[in-house]
Amino acid sequence: MSELATYNFAYLDEQTKRMIRRAILKAIAIPGYQVPFASREMPMPYGWGTGGVQVTAAVIGPEDTLKVIDQGADDTTNAVSIRAFFQKVANVAVTTKTREATVIQTRHRIPEEQLTEGQVLVYQVPIPEPLRFLEPRETETRKMHALEEYGLMHVKLYEDIARNGHIATTYAYPVKVEGRYVMDPSPIPKFDNPKMHMSEALQLFGAGREKRIYAIPPHTKVVSLDFEDHPFEIQKFAKPCALCGAHGVYLDEVILDDKGGRMFVCSDTDFCEERREAGHVGELGVANKEAAE
Amino acid sequence: MSEQPLLKVHELSKFYGARIGCRDVSFDLWPGEVLAIVGESGSGKTTLLNCLSTRLTADVGSVEYLMRDGQYRNLATMPEAERRFLMRTDWGFVHQNPADGLRMTVSAGANVGERLMAVGERHYGRIRETAGDWLGRVEIGLDRMDDQPRAFSGGMRQRLQIARNLVTSPRLVFMDEPTGGLDVSVQARLLDLIRGLVQDLGLAVIVVTHDLAVARLLSHRMMVMKNGLVIEQGLTDRVLDDPREPYTQLLVSSILQV
Repeated sequence: MSELATYNFAYLDEQTKRMIRRAILKAIAIPGYQVPFASREMPMPYGWGTGGVQVTAAVIGPEDTLKVIDQGADDTTNAVSIRAFFQKVANVAVTTKTREATVIQTRHRIPEEQLTEGQVLVYQVPIPEPLRFLEPRETETRKMHALEEYGLMHVKLYEDIARNGHIATTYAYPVKVEGRYVMDPSPIPKFDNPKMHMSEALQLFGAGREKRIYAIPPHTKVVSLDFEDHPFEIQKFAKPCALCGAHGVYLDEVILDDKGGRMFVCSDTDFCEERREAGHVGELGVANKEAAE
Repeated sequence: MSEQPLLKVHELSKFYGARIGCRDVSFDLWPGEVLAIVGESGSGKTTLLNCLSTRLTADVGSVEYLMRDGQYRNLATMPEAERRFLMRTDWGFVHQNPADGLRMTVSAGANVGERLMAVGERHYGRIRETAGDWLGRVEIGLDRMDDQPRAFSGGMRQRLQIARNLVTSPRLVFMDEPTGGLDVSVQARLLDLIRGLVQDLGLAVIVVTHDLAVARLLSHRMMVMKNGLVIEQGLTDRVLDDPREPYTQLLVSSILQV
């Protein structure tokens, strides 16, 4: 009986991981700068997090604990399948608890709970170039980054205000990293932008289709762009989470019926569950089971 | 006069392989002076303009520019960052086709404001005020400020392009056939506008045109080009009223008389 072929640890071969790690090191050395890398074909379609998966595969070790979130949730297709993928190919421990994880791969959110030293947050990035929709030429945008010509980024914000009376960009809100590079923080809501500033955790961004890696090292200044008379503001919600009653967190709208019923609940499912376990109840929530029994 | 020339061009040549783009062009441009470069299609006018404005690198010769600090700098050896900064602050470039010089997908106000934001203006109210002021000066109504240039007529686009270039108060503006493709009444108004602005702001302008009427109306001095060579230059009125070279005589006599 011949042995079945097995995957190398974390799917990618060692040379590929080495190549990606070199790109990551360079990205960390130049915060916010997009480092090109030889992105590989992954067993999933582009747009599903091929960049993030490659970065995670390159940094994860057997001792790590992985958490994967998709729009804040641990139980959606993308999160579940990527978590299962690493369980299979790296045999690492997985968790849904933000606090217990050492590597967190995320799509479009930063966890509510503050990240701490030693944690790595890996973002899945669809379009790494913040200037892309304003300047279609890659040669030109590279030059603009090199020469720090970022006037165009404000043209976009100007257009927002001229059309809507306020800066209407709500996600992928451009930031300036350590006073130098303008960076697209991937499509996280601008609510999460302040969390990137001076974060204790290492933040890595991987764009598989666009073949770019960039990073924000711990304790790095990350400033959202704005105008003096239209300062940067995060989203505000009228009501707290309907299930756990949390204030000051990012909420998702959930349609309840076809008669206009809706509720707003925490987008970060782990955060919400933990609060409910601790006995917090929102207006539509049910009290903790043990307490109810 | 103690003033120094703004631009010193010395034996500038550009070759496309064996063919000549322009050859041995030398002249000085003084502050506030409007210089017209005329000639037929393919005579090297646009090549010369592109070499002067560093959009093309010349093969031979030098272009020196008087910086605001009073020093001459050779444009060919200037670092790219500085050159690009110069191009969007102290210079303007008006393209023949406004779509090349404008951002067609952002509003007129943002088109004018872009240069301000590029030099670090970060106050929305002030940017908007300045943009509105400039749109007024080029006769574009404030009600069109938030429209995209796609919705503008050819003449309006060209005026918008001019406003976009002049907002940082440049000292030198390059114009490549600024009235090309416009009908005559619109042309007349645009020329009138450019003439007024040049006079008010004391701009130095290098305008490339095949239309002698444009040269007559706008320029103080003109150069006639043929096959990449400057064959005649002098005061506009002198060249047009008393052309010396046979080719210039031909050009002048080719103007349609109505």
